[in-house]
Amino acid sequence: MRIAIASGKGGTGKTTVAVALARVMDSCVLVDCDVEAPNAHLFLSPEVSHTQEAFVMIPVVDDDKCTGCGECSRVCQFNALAVLNKSVLVFEELCHGCGGCVIACEPKAITEGGRLIGTMQWGKANGMDFFDAKLRIGEPMSPPLIKGLKRQADLAEAENMILDCPPGTTCPMVEAVSGADYCILVTEPTPFGLHDLNMAAQAVRDMGIPSGVILNRAGMGDNCIQEYCRANGMTILMEIPHRREIAEGYAVGKDILRSMPELEDEFKNMIKTINEGLNNG
Amino acid sequence: MAETGKAKTITIISGKGGTGKTSVTAAFASLAAPVVVADCDVDAANLHLLLSPTVKNTVEFYAMPAARINQDLCTGCGTCHDLCRYEAILVDDDKYTVDSLGCEACLVCKENCPEQAIEAVERLAGHWYLSQARTGPMVHASLGIAQENSGKLVTEVRKAAAEVAESNGLGMVLVDGPPGIGCAVMASLTGADLVIAVTEATQSGLKDLMRVHDLCQHFKIPIHIIINKCDLNPDVTNTVRQWAKGKNAPIIGEIPYDTAFTKAMIEGKTIVEYKSSRIGDRLKEMWQEVVHTLA
Repeated sequence: MRIAIASGKGGTGKTTVAVALARVMDSCVLVDCDVEAPNAHLFLSPEVSHTQEAFVMIPVVDDDKCTGCGECSRVCQFNALAVLNKSVLVFEELCHGCGGCVIACEPKAITEGGRLIGTMQWGKANGMDFFDAKLRIGEPMSPPLIKGLKRQADLAEAENMILDCPPGTTCPMVEAVSGADYCILVTEPTPFGLHDLNMAAQAVRDMGIPSGVILNRAGMGDNCIQEYCRANGMTILMEIPHRREIAEGYAVGKDILRSMPELEDEFKNMIKTINEGLNNG
Repeated sequence: MAETGKAKTITIISGKGGTGKTSVTAAFASLAAPVVVADCDVDAANLHLLLSPTVKNTVEFYAMPAARINQDLCTGCGTCHDLCRYEAILVDDDKYTVDSLGCEACLVCKENCPEQAIEAVERLAGHWYLSQARTGPMVHASLGIAQENSGKLVTEVRKAAAEVAESNGLGMVLVDGPPGIGCAVMASLTGADLVIAVTEATQSGLKDLMRVHDLCQHFKIPIHIIINKCDLNPDVTNTVRQWAKGKNAPIIGEIPYDTAFTKAMIEGKTIVEYKSSRIGDRLKEMWQEVVHTLA
């Protein structure tokens, strides 16, 4: 089973939930897909066994073969190629690596090189397989790195996979959540939490992925989440109480099962419920 | 960096989400009013929930045109499927369609379709709004669900905010940025005179602050720091202080762990508008520090 942990709003507790779930599930791989700000490793101190750089393809122009015809620039939708004085300028950061220019170049003057987008690493943490990646500073595009990381994690062939997703509801979040059997949306009982839960819930619905809600910091704000879920037929899978000691533990990389061991059974039961729900269609 | 004579732009970011960017931005807006505010967290915009702006103008935002296959012309040759690097061409029973969520809008398929059966379709991806909030003019946006091009929308919001500042003769723009360090954050940082990074006294907060700091160095933008939840763990707070000192990044204030932010949010108020609180007073001191820095 592949479970994505997403939220819309940042800082609601995605990583807290992802780490706890990975700990209570057998044969599990945890993939930290928040490549812009990866933090799950702080709670697991994994022993990294592999490090691998990730690249996207970019055009490399052979000036000797280039006729300056401008076809590459014409087909590029991202304005990553410009022709000046019959010579081609490549703006690497704008390139999406689609390869359109290579096909369009009649004199075959374009080959492909790589632009470093980040570094992936993986290893073991308390028996589980752990994968994460860091987006290179100054690199705008995180989705290709997330995709590459998930591919790498697939090779671990674990029975279960937990995807700790980035915040938001646009391309990085969609890339991270895609392919999941189920999505857990972590929120908090505040107007911001509610607003962004609504966006995230619509996004996963559009993607055709079943979802449920974990209400974190229950009791901190008001009852807006319970009311919203009731009105929209959404399941609240679990409520995590608002406790200062959880935040204090989080501050020093202590996972929630150490701060509140009594939650372990709740997480296990939740997984069972999700599993049964999926099996019964 | 912005040109002299233009409005000063302060961009509030964090790396890690949920550290209090929007609450801080709203508090500063209250203190700086009249000021232009721009909500550049278009993925998960929340500033309007605190500033309750009245929309005056709505502008449509179009994402890059995506591919669509005209089934009448498609012969099922599969060229598009072979060439698409984003696995966005779906095949079902020899019927080829485009997965709109996966389509990168590169149009390689359209360019190379032997039957010219693929067209580029404009996509209405969201809206941005020119509004009036109680703190002054506000530019904000809503991006459609699961859309791309948030960087492009951020750029439109940011540009509109600069224009509004100029036409209203206002000398300052406050930008509420998105979490992370990627495309949307980079688009938010363009033209910033000062970045205020709101972190929290947790190991995650510090790690992400480091990445945000590196990004600001990359763009040569000065960065000031606010430590939220500063009393969660004194050792972590000290580590943040020492790290900041080593980087010559001034800490302009520290905020203790307090539910006053949540209570103010539920009432739709900024923390400085919400009955007198110690947090509100601290924010006032921080704002004085920012004003002093920019002077």
